[in-house]
Amino acid sequence: MSLTRQDVEKIAHLARLSITEREMPVYVTSLSSIVDFVDELSRAQIGNVEPMAHPLEGQHQRLRPDVVSESDNHEKYQANAPAVQAGLYVVPRVIE
Amino acid sequence: MLHTLSIGELGRSLNSGQISSVELTRVFLARIERLNPALNALITLTAERALNAAAEADRRRAAGEQGALLGIPLIHKDIFCTDGVRTSCGSRMLDNFVAPYDATVVTRLKAAGAVMLGKANMDEFAMGSSNETSFYGPVKNPWDTTKVPGGSSGGSAAAAAARLAAFTTGTDTGGSIRQPAALTGVTGVKPTYGRVSRYGMIAFASSLDQAGVFARSAADAAIVLKAMAGFDPRDSTSVDVPVPDYPATLGEPLKGLKIGLLREFFDGLEARNTALIHDALKIYRGLGAETVEVSLPHLPLSVPTYYVVAPAECSSNLSRFDGVRFGYRCENPVDLLDLYKRSRGEGFGAEVKRRIMTGTYVLSAGYFDAYYLKAQKVRRLITDDFRAAFQQVHLLIGPTTPTPAFAIGAKIDDPVTMYLNDIYTIGANLAGLPGLSLPCGFVEGLPMGLQLIGPHFSEAKLLNAAHLFQQATDWHSRSPRGYE
Repeated sequence: MSLTRQDVEKIAHLARLSITEREMPVYVTSLSSIVDFVDELSRAQIGNVEPMAHPLEGQHQRLRPDVVSESDNHEKYQANAPAVQAGLYVVPRVIE
Repeated sequence: MLHTLSIGELGRSLNSGQISSVELTRVFLARIERLNPALNALITLTAERALNAAAEADRRRAAGEQGALLGIPLIHKDIFCTDGVRTSCGSRMLDNFVAPYDATVVTRLKAAGAVMLGKANMDEFAMGSSNETSFYGPVKNPWDTTKVPGGSSGGSAAAAAARLAAFTTGTDTGGSIRQPAALTGVTGVKPTYGRVSRYGMIAFASSLDQAGVFARSAADAAIVLKAMAGFDPRDSTSVDVPVPDYPATLGEPLKGLKIGLLREFFDGLEARNTALIHDALKIYRGLGAETVEVSLPHLPLSVPTYYVVAPAECSSNLSRFDGVRFGYRCENPVDLLDLYKRSRGEGFGAEVKRRIMTGTYVLSAGYFDAYYLKAQKVRRLITDDFRAAFQQVHLLIGPTTPTPAFAIGAKIDDPVTMYLNDIYTIGANLAGLPGLSLPCGFVEGLPMGLQLIGPHFSEAKLLNAAHLFQQATDWHSRSPRGYE
């Protein structure tokens, strides 16, 4: 196994995912096999190759004029929220 | 037998007044009611909206409009936001999400007068190659309901193959249009990265995702792609290149066309599948094309490259699902961290969590250079291989998948084996190239796909090459038994 249970617990915490006791061994095994598989990349002779982030060459992030393009739709958007009060999203208390 | 007609034929019948869009819509709704229970190809049916949209299309036509898609029924993959209609992305996370706006693909097809019948089942968040990761259960392949239809756009592919709509939409991040098109015997087009707007299309891997179409023929796909494609200021990676009149260029002779046979695609391919591709090459030579063998030496690294890049982007994109603003929230969170962790842990399925964790790992401190940066460099090598190949040939050709449709349950417990299904399709996504899969024969009664890949913005050339093949063969007009 290239990953231990502790590794997977740490990754799950970074990803903000709760993983049940039952699921944990499956993830240790399958994530290890994925990591072993992508380790094939270490075979590649890469030299000074520039990393590629965008599939089309010469494309730049466009800028748009700084004008208002959206109207106030908060009621429509918040209709999908699990908990809303007075136009605000409700979460467990963060500051005591 | 209206469901057997092409989009062109349906348009002529609608224009002549032989049929109305309302009648046509009822035909497809009746087929869905009768045939979909065995397939599970749809997550949401929007029958009432469809009949209203069809009536509106009939009014527009009566007022003198004659668009190619006016009044033509379609099904959208449930990854496209549809204003006022549940948009689940195949996930428990979005089971209760009613999109507050339309994706640009939806807006454009609405404007063209196409009639949405419903939303197609899919692998959860488009992560899967078999449509088994959906929260709404697996989709069955109409050619054999014990087999998968492929994925992630499995519902769209099965619906097109079963003639539940005149055409369907899909998305392709690593093969999610071409692979299911091959496994269900339909024509699937994944356009150039940036050709079709991604606005309102729920993001998986933003440097790879692209929307496209499933249809019964390249000629039908050409009509749909013309309506879907085009610059969109609301997608920052949308490309401002004019959209050619795809249907108008169909039929141009292939004389002088050089087709490259991808050597790496035949290593280990079963003899029967290789034979089908060689039969297809004979047809292309008969049509005047020249075929030569080409090699893309870095292509064998495309699957490991993809399974670093795509999960990395997925882990970042899916961080928006926090149980606060929309989507699933766990019961009784004790604090904010518990709310995040349990909402995500309970809202996402096993494969999505696996990809998020893979992505989190390859981006984490100490591993970024070894995995993510390395994969981005190999991605360039693969892209450069394609560029070099297109100096020698106009199009590349090969199989779409290594095997025909496999049994439901056969690969779901072994992610790496499942990932290798996309071995022939992933390269085009890494390089942002357009690809197309079309039916080219059968192995043990199951359809196989022929894949064409072209340079950036060569969709017209791909569609034409596929169209001429379909003029010379009838594989694309075969129907699964019970769905004729």
